[in-house]
Amino acid sequence: MTKSPSGSPLADNPVRTIARAGDTLTLTLSGVWRMDRPFPDLGPVNQALAQLPAPARLVFDGAGITGWDSLFLAQCRAILTLAGARGVAVDLAGLPPGAHSLIELAQKVPERQGAARKTTSLSFLEHLGNIGLGVSQAVLNLLEFLGDVTLACVALAQGRAVFQRSQLVALIYQASVEALPIVSLISLLVGLILAFVGAIQLSQFGAQIYVSTIVGIAMIRVMGAIMTGIIMAGRTGAAYAAELGTMQVNEEIDALKTFGFSPTQFLVLPRMIALVLIMPLLCIYADLMGILGGFIVGVFMLKINPVQYLTHTWQSVPLANFWIGIVHSTIFGILVAMAGCYRGMRCGRSALGVGQATTSAVVTSILAIIIATALITVACNIIGV
Amino acid sequence: MNAILPAMQDAEAPAIQVTNLTMAYGDFVIMRDLDFTVNRGDVFIIMGGSGCGKSTLLRVLVGLKPPAAGKVLFREGSLWDATPDGRDAILRRSGILYQSGALFSSMTLAENISLPLSQYTSLTPKEIRELASLKLALVGLAGFEDFYPSEISGGMCKRAGLARAMALDPDILFLDEPSAGLDPVSAHLLDELILELRESLRATFVVVTHELASIFAIGNNSVFLNVETRTMSASGDPKELLAHATDPTLRRFLTRGKE
Repeated sequence: MTKSPSGSPLADNPVRTIARAGDTLTLTLSGVWRMDRPFPDLGPVNQALAQLPAPARLVFDGAGITGWDSLFLAQCRAILTLAGARGVAVDLAGLPPGAHSLIELAQKVPERQGAARKTTSLSFLEHLGNIGLGVSQAVLNLLEFLGDVTLACVALAQGRAVFQRSQLVALIYQASVEALPIVSLISLLVGLILAFVGAIQLSQFGAQIYVSTIVGIAMIRVMGAIMTGIIMAGRTGAAYAAELGTMQVNEEIDALKTFGFSPTQFLVLPRMIALVLIMPLLCIYADLMGILGGFIVGVFMLKINPVQYLTHTWQSVPLANFWIGIVHSTIFGILVAMAGCYRGMRCGRSALGVGQATTSAVVTSILAIIIATALITVACNIIGV
Repeated sequence: MNAILPAMQDAEAPAIQVTNLTMAYGDFVIMRDLDFTVNRGDVFIIMGGSGCGKSTLLRVLVGLKPPAAGKVLFREGSLWDATPDGRDAILRRSGILYQSGALFSSMTLAENISLPLSQYTSLTPKEIRELASLKLALVGLAGFEDFYPSEISGGMCKRAGLARAMALDPDILFLDEPSAGLDPVSAHLLDELILELRESLRATFVVVTHELASIFAIGNNSVFLNVETRTMSASGDPKELLAHATDPTLRRFLTRGKE
């Protein structure tokens, strides 16, 4: 009854023969039906089922099966589906008992109706409409978040805001002391770069001393604030998004809500306070480090007298620049904290969601920082400072 | 793939042999001197109260955590003495269901199950897809192939995790609290499924649980970890233990604190 397919090195490869007697189709199976063996194609079974007159019954004879695994079960299910589509009754009793009962088990729970995804292609207009709906939903979400934050700030002003003071201290520490090394390094290098770029141009007509002015104004007015803003977006904003996102995944935010705490007050508010307090201080620190970078280039490369360099910086940089820098950094602090917290609070409940929240927190923060800088610069130009 | 047929293997050799096993986090010893044998075809229950180290024992058995002392021997040897390839071969023949399912959230259920299949077998994508939907149908999730883990309930995640654990037709399945968080009917169905799979696939199960109903329904061998003495109190068929065990902690556990 069994015969090995010619050219096969393994004698016990799976073999299927199809026999028809009256209206009964018999599939005789033998050999080892495992994943590492070549399975015969289903085409002949399909043809046999399609023969006219149509068979009424399909019978398995698995007496010759010496081994099987779940790929065998999968193929039996495929045959069941083929037979089912043609209305042919299937008798599984001839299969090995274990396989028989597992196939019955798999068929027992009916496929969930409507569960399978239908991939429908959308027309251009539908696509456009979906984008529009998405954008309007995002704007609504953002407004809702801004409203929540405003209410939390009002509660803070009235002294009713509920959050942990110890957590605020920890957040301030994380955002300040732990950020100092990277802020030092980057601001120092930015100061050096500005001084180098300026020095080449200015030394052509003997005006090296103005390197101190260029570095001073650039760092104090905007670069110090922008560099700290971008560092904090990548460092702290991302951390906020990941932290709140993971809390969302772990249902910790739901737990806060059911305790009657407002997540905005408890989680967002301390983070905003921490960054709004710390960013201007970090910015001043970055300004000083930037000036130090310029000082190094001025004194050691351009041979400017150290005292002269510092006095010239002090005299040639108007104080208004300092306040503009502080305004920048305060606004950046609000933007970075809000972007991080907003993305974290709206995180999907999965590892994937946390990753997306973190990415979009950083992208949103940096975008907001650049746009805010442009707006402040234009505004300063209009009012003439 | 492992070409050796089950019939050709030594039928008497135990699936897992644990000798003098001590587990510790740093200097803190959780359990010491564990000795037990998981035979082929067993539904072996690791039982004990909360916090006694059941899940840690499971982590040691599957090689996620090295034992502080003692040995865990599979049929092919110890995970810690094996070459990297040998270690992979042992792990490929075992499937693990983690407590919360641990499905990869960036993949659909079908992709979760397909991942080990596409990595370790030379099947065609169509065959892999058919296998994935077979496994899902076996755990009662037919038709959920294209769902993401975040879109289904916790109990469904657990069953999908079982389907993924079964992906490579493992010889040994490790289940960490399979029925925790399931309703009684689903928990009963899961027990039935475990018995059915053991019968049909001749698989060995190592189950961490403290559900008494499950323990008596499916277990034919067990070890009881005593949290007070920090070692095992007894090992054997849970029904026998209920009838004959003398250790008071074990008796309290098996009788729901009535004795």
